[in-house]
Amino acid sequence: MEMLSVKNIGISFGGLHAVDSFSITINKGELYGLIGPNGAGKTTVFNLLTGVYKPDMGQILLDGANITGLSTIEINKAGIARTFQNIRLFKNMSVLDNVKCGLHNDYKYSSASGIFRLPSYYRTEKIMNNRAYEILEVFGLEKEAKYLSANLPYGKQRKLEIARALATDPKLLLLDEPAAGMNPSETEELMATIRLIRKQYDVTILLIEHDMKLVAGICEKIFVLNFGIELANGLPQDVLNDPEVIKAYLGE
Amino acid sequence: MKTQIKKLKAQALKLNKTTRSNVITIGALVIAYLICMSMIRGGNMSNLLQNLLVAMCYYSIMAVSLNLTVGILGQLSLGHAGFMCIGAFTGAFFSKIMVDTMDNVILRFTLAILLGAAMAGLFGVIIGVVVLRLRGDYLAIVTLAFGEIIKNVLNVLYIGFDSRGIHFSMKDTASLNLDEGGMVVIKGAQGISGTPRNATFTIGVILLIITYLIIVNLVNSRSGRAIMAIRDNHIAAESIGINITKYKILAFSISAALAGVAGVLYSHNIATVQSTKFGYNTSILVLVFVVLGGMGNLRGSIIAAIVLTVLPEYLRFMRDYRMLIYAIVLIVMMIFNWAPACINWRKNHSFKDVFWNIINKFKKVKEEA
Repeated sequence: MEMLSVKNIGISFGGLHAVDSFSITINKGELYGLIGPNGAGKTTVFNLLTGVYKPDMGQILLDGANITGLSTIEINKAGIARTFQNIRLFKNMSVLDNVKCGLHNDYKYSSASGIFRLPSYYRTEKIMNNRAYEILEVFGLEKEAKYLSANLPYGKQRKLEIARALATDPKLLLLDEPAAGMNPSETEELMATIRLIRKQYDVTILLIEHDMKLVAGICEKIFVLNFGIELANGLPQDVLNDPEVIKAYLGE
Repeated sequence: MKTQIKKLKAQALKLNKTTRSNVITIGALVIAYLICMSMIRGGNMSNLLQNLLVAMCYYSIMAVSLNLTVGILGQLSLGHAGFMCIGAFTGAFFSKIMVDTMDNVILRFTLAILLGAAMAGLFGVIIGVVVLRLRGDYLAIVTLAFGEIIKNVLNVLYIGFDSRGIHFSMKDTASLNLDEGGMVVIKGAQGISGTPRNATFTIGVILLIITYLIIVNLVNSRSGRAIMAIRDNHIAAESIGINITKYKILAFSISAALAGVAGVLYSHNIATVQSTKFGYNTSILVLVFVVLGGMGNLRGSIIAAIVLTVLPEYLRFMRDYRMLIYAIVLIVMMIFNWAPACINWRKNHSFKDVFWNIINKFKKVKEEA
């Protein structure tokens, strides 16, 4: 079953074709890796998928529904959540509140019941707390729940960002360089976490990564992008041994 | 492990820290109120200070409400006095025309407050929709402009009543064409005079506590988290499905409505309401309270508002040097209030520690005896 089906999307900034007829099909439950040299347009693809940029052409289908040209908020509601290359946490808020922000659209009560502390406030907050702690437990962050998120060590900030994205209950999770800046043991831990969330949550994952060990270790399929165009696409062992790919990464 | 998690959950549900902080702030306000009242009863308070009591309340409300926009939403607004102006005029207008028909003072004043808040909130929504597309310096400039526009429009507005209905004019009293026996309510630059002076210190403190609770409850709710998420990182907030425009306007209009409440309190405390009072000087003054008290720190805003309202009056003996000294005090406070060493010093010499030290000493003395 197709979870995400992207057909020939593209965007240009001035004369630069940042992404040119990019097509990818991701099946439900798959873990797809998106790799490519610096400036290949990987993050632009993420920005196109999440509605930060509107594609000049092409079509994006999520679980059969057309989400091309929708706003970021609507796309998130449709079921795509993402993390960022440079961590974007709510730094002055607690770890718990960061996750509860992710629950914003799933558990609702009006602003008035928040201000006047009506019963629906207490009811919903209780459910939200339980849910947030459940998610934090998966990431082993429950002890830091009351910490200011800016005070977490780097690896845990990355995890918290994934936790917050997962809290929106996405069908498709986009991870933008989740292992960037991590040491080998942190990367190992992250791989274990990604495997765990796939098992626990019914979620399809597309990730950008430069760490080949991680990509080869957990990705089921790999897509290689170079100068906005597809270079290779398929199983890891085929793609990573493709002479074109090696050339793009290492030069001739 | 399981029990530990349960404990953590229980702690989170109690919301310990915020509740305790609220109890401290409101408790301190109530105690300060009781001290002031007993001083007034006993005749121990100077007239000067008595006249400032209500001013402290409305400036505190202004500071707390601006803190919602500046500290919690993270958008710099320099037109906050404009909303106070709308609240003041709406409230005074209502009270003046209803003073003969409604005998119940409490009901009339409550209605005036609600109307003032609603009108200021409405303008908050209208202006918010227009200006909140901007950020940072640009937003500051545009809010400044809107504040001035409100002030200047009310400065030339004439409204009167007679048997035929309401008359508006932007020119002068004569152009209202009132019947004999008609009443001019808003007289342009002269504003509204003869508003019943219903504002008392008690009402002021009650309104301040209500304002404080509204903002604290908002901040610690789903909407408040959304507002702070927008402040901390609007791109991330959008990516998790938070409607940025909606929550920006929500925070901005609640902030405006509460400024309107302060305005109603102000207009019922003095004989004449004039729009010139609500220029950008007042906006900046309130912003100073917020910055000095700490962005997002509501208790700090109240303390700063009280101190800086009283200070200029007590510096009157310096005559010409008064504002100079005020400025120097302000600079010194700005530098030292948030200096790390001072924060540490305050932590080590907090009232709580002093209190417990005294009690422990008493205990020791008892034991020795």
